[in-house]
Amino acid sequence: MLVYLIRRIGQSLLVIAVMAVLVFLAVYAVGDPVAILANPEATQQELDAIAARLGLDRPLWEQFAIFVWNALQGDLGTSFVYSESALTVILERLPATMELAFVALVLSILIGVPLGVIAGLKPDGLAGRTIMSTSILGFSLPNFWIGLMLILLFAVELQWLPASGRGDTVDVLGVPLSMFTLDGLSHLLLPAFTLALYKSSLVIRIAQAGTREVMLQDYVRFARAKGLSPRRIVMVHVLKNMMIPVVTVLGLELGSMIAFAVVTETVFSYPGMGKLLIDSINRLDRPIVVAYLMLTVFIFVIINLVVDMLYAAIDPRVRLSEAKG
Amino acid sequence: MTTPVLDVRDLQVTFSTREGLVTAVDGVSFRVDAGEVMGLVGESGSGKSVTGLAVLGLIDPPGRIAAGSIKVKATELVGQSEKALQKVRGKDVAMIFQDPMTTLNPVLRIDTQMIEAIRAHEQVSEKAARERARDALAKVGIPSPEERLNAYPNQFSGGMRQRVAIATALLNRPAVLVADEPTTALDVTIQAQILSEVQALCAETGTALVWITHDLSVIAGLADKVAVMYAGRVVEEGPVADVLERPIHPYTAGLIGSVPSRNKRGVPLAQIPGMTPQLSKLPPGCPFAPRCGYSTDPCRTIRPERTPYPGGRAARCHNPLDVPPNTPKADAARELTP
Amino acid sequence: MTDLTPHAAARPVAGPAAGMPQSAGRPGEAAGASDKGVPPPAPDKGESLLRRHVSSFFESWSAIIGLVLLVASVAAALLAPWFAPQDPYDLANLSIMDNMLPPGEIFGMGQTAYLGTDDQGRDMLSAILYGLRVSLTVGASSVLIAAVIGASLGVLAAYAGGRVESFVMRVVDLQLSFPAILVALVLLAVFGRGVDKVVIALVVVQWAYYARTVRGSALVEKRREYIEAARCLALPRRRIVFRHLLPNCIPPLIVVATVQIANAIALESTLSFLGVGVPVTEPSLGMLIANGYGYLLSGNYWISTFPGVALVIVIVAINLVGDRLRDVLNPRLAK
Repeated sequence: MLVYLIRRIGQSLLVIAVMAVLVFLAVYAVGDPVAILANPEATQQELDAIAARLGLDRPLWEQFAIFVWNALQGDLGTSFVYSESALTVILERLPATMELAFVALVLSILIGVPLGVIAGLKPDGLAGRTIMSTSILGFSLPNFWIGLMLILLFAVELQWLPASGRGDTVDVLGVPLSMFTLDGLSHLLLPAFTLALYKSSLVIRIAQAGTREVMLQDYVRFARAKGLSPRRIVMVHVLKNMMIPVVTVLGLELGSMIAFAVVTETVFSYPGMGKLLIDSINRLDRPIVVAYLMLTVFIFVIINLVVDMLYAAIDPRVRLSEAKG
Repeated sequence: MTTPVLDVRDLQVTFSTREGLVTAVDGVSFRVDAGEVMGLVGESGSGKSVTGLAVLGLIDPPGRIAAGSIKVKATELVGQSEKALQKVRGKDVAMIFQDPMTTLNPVLRIDTQMIEAIRAHEQVSEKAARERARDALAKVGIPSPEERLNAYPNQFSGGMRQRVAIATALLNRPAVLVADEPTTALDVTIQAQILSEVQALCAETGTALVWITHDLSVIAGLADKVAVMYAGRVVEEGPVADVLERPIHPYTAGLIGSVPSRNKRGVPLAQIPGMTPQLSKLPPGCPFAPRCGYSTDPCRTIRPERTPYPGGRAARCHNPLDVPPNTPKADAARELTP
Repeated sequence: MTDLTPHAAARPVAGPAAGMPQSAGRPGEAAGASDKGVPPPAPDKGESLLRRHVSSFFESWSAIIGLVLLVASVAAALLAPWFAPQDPYDLANLSIMDNMLPPGEIFGMGQTAYLGTDDQGRDMLSAILYGLRVSLTVGASSVLIAAVIGASLGVLAAYAGGRVESFVMRVVDLQLSFPAILVALVLLAVFGRGVDKVVIALVVVQWAYYARTVRGSALVEKRREYIEAARCLALPRRRIVFRHLLPNCIPPLIVVATVQIANAIALESTLSFLGVGVPVTEPSLGMLIANGYGYLLSGNYWISTFPGVALVIVIVAINLVGDRLRDVLNPRLAK
């Protein structure tokens, strides 16, 4: 186990290193920030001065070395636009995105699991088939369009919910969260639902397949032979078995939810780090883009590592359910 | 004559498939008294497991009980609502299955799975139910049952899991226990232990036992009577010693001939030629006729009816085997026990 | 990271269960033939197989609807220059007087703007038809290129095995562990806007799917006798891989590729919506939606909504077709 852990951590570090090189090289090519920052009538000397201040006049490898050295000390550069540490700027917006992703994750389970179980219990029934074909739509329809339609319906036509922003927040352990205020919750609902729809299709599929599979297992037959009610069989025997793959997959998907929040946040003008990324790309604010990408890579690697560890830890039972899958 | 605890009459189970209606069980009748052990023998696909499931009302669509009657303690089960059946399952009729590795839910602890079986039928406290579960585990020979209650199934060996399943099935002292090849997946030594344990437990509580198997040697040492199934029908029935010693139906004789035994060392094992027929394509006459060495013209055109024979026996055959009166007194039943 | 994505990778391999030829193969065939009144399989295997696939495809109503919608969309996109009411990108045609007309109003030379006009007085119907062209082109061409690259690498990995295989699959795993949207976003931020650049970005994010799919089926095919036979004939390696192995891995590839076209179109529209996709001069459906987004809140719903509807129709149609193709080409998955 320890050897496995060390090897896995080594792999993760390698991934981070590779991504650091790729990210740096890629972002280095994004436009010329000097031209954006400088006064249009600036002289060449002034331009050079700005470049020198930002360290853009040094050779590429030197910039990279400085980048790595600073990154190891937790400094991912200073935002051109905000004149603040890029990491600080992003971390300020991290709670909003995390909150959005988390609420969306919970929503996707609340939507996906019951529907998936219904579809799995009666796969050939009308309800089951409707749920499954609708879930294809959830998969394939562009998320931003769903968001737009929800805005059109709930914000423009019905005027029930606000279309943009984050609303009031309260500090919980020093982290500003909006899900505990009514105003914040009303702002959170539409974007979280939009983000959740995509994943709930995935949850429906896993839950449906899982339910179908579990219902055919001998232990369900044995449970029925014991005289248990269908309710108990579904709520205890089926659900508990099915939640293992659902939670595993969703854990892995948390990363992609953070990434997908880029779209949702843009649609709903939600002040999270995804919207910050899009704004920074358009404003050529390199350090923010780099810091965002490094942070995301880091989050991804951590998530993968944790899920792998959990896999290894609950090995016998996971292997059992894997073998059946 | 007393009323049997399990009385199955003219049971017919059909499955609607893409190729049409398939009759998996056709006109099966048998009765089992309290404390009696009946063996239900047949190859895979003969309908023996479906019969067992039907007794529990566990035939799922596309299958259904098309005709017949199943009475447990004189109560009719066929046609009952799912709710009513739930009250019978696990209470009056219990069942254990073939593969102990899969009959227990891998993500639930043993205590959960046993206690729920009790509380599904009785209003007892969690604590009382747990005590009963512990006693039941002790009874099937599980060491330190109190600790084992907290374990997950994957912490048990196959034999131990089957013991847990048996203990669970017998928790509510059912009148009938249907055992669907519960020892097939186990080691031979453990098979024998479990066999005798189940037998003892059922004798103690007066539970009628229906033991489904493809293995005649298991039946020989265990059952009081036997019903041999082929292609959804009972082709021969009677007291186990008589049937094994003097089979009436050529199929039964074939089955007996294909069991390996000490006395036949060096002799090639007899086989029944051909394969089990597809239920959707049964011949019009006797389903066994194509594989039968004794088949005559009527066998291929007329379906044989159930014919009673002396000694509480019966068979469906146009050409019942003529048992020579002076067979050597080698007790076939004893010879078959391992 | 290899163990994180076992589900999709393991499925195709796990498909052919033991003992299936007798029980599963025969009745299915027989039923299939009798249902449609198709004569029993002719000795000419290749053709009857194709014909059977085609006729079984048309058994599903949703697949027929999907196909009709898809053909209509493709035709509309191809023929747009001939029957669109105006050329929406010829600025001489546009009149600012016609801007923001709701659906049904008269614009320009007395034509009806059935779907309204946008802020520059552009007929939305024409814009949508031209936008469809861009979206379909980007989707189809990126899938084609990605499929060729991915399939070649996948089949190579499966055939070569060893280090080549583990290297390719490592890259695939790495690629797939990052969400497509993020990778494409960064690439486009680097490259800048442009139809060709969007196609490149979509190829980069997609090739790994095909590589994995094809490797999966190639690993199964590799063990079949005909590959053994080809090896015994000492055929050149390249010939075995591309002429013998690859063609047999095509059906699953087609299924993945079909659905992937819809995903590519959706991703392209998302990128364009975010402002990093196609340029303003060649607006795709996603870009049209983005253009109208600002007017959505003020009640001028049509600028965003109709391109959205067109987008959804195309995506749903492709999915319906793809879904049916999966059932037809892989009867093992059909339940």
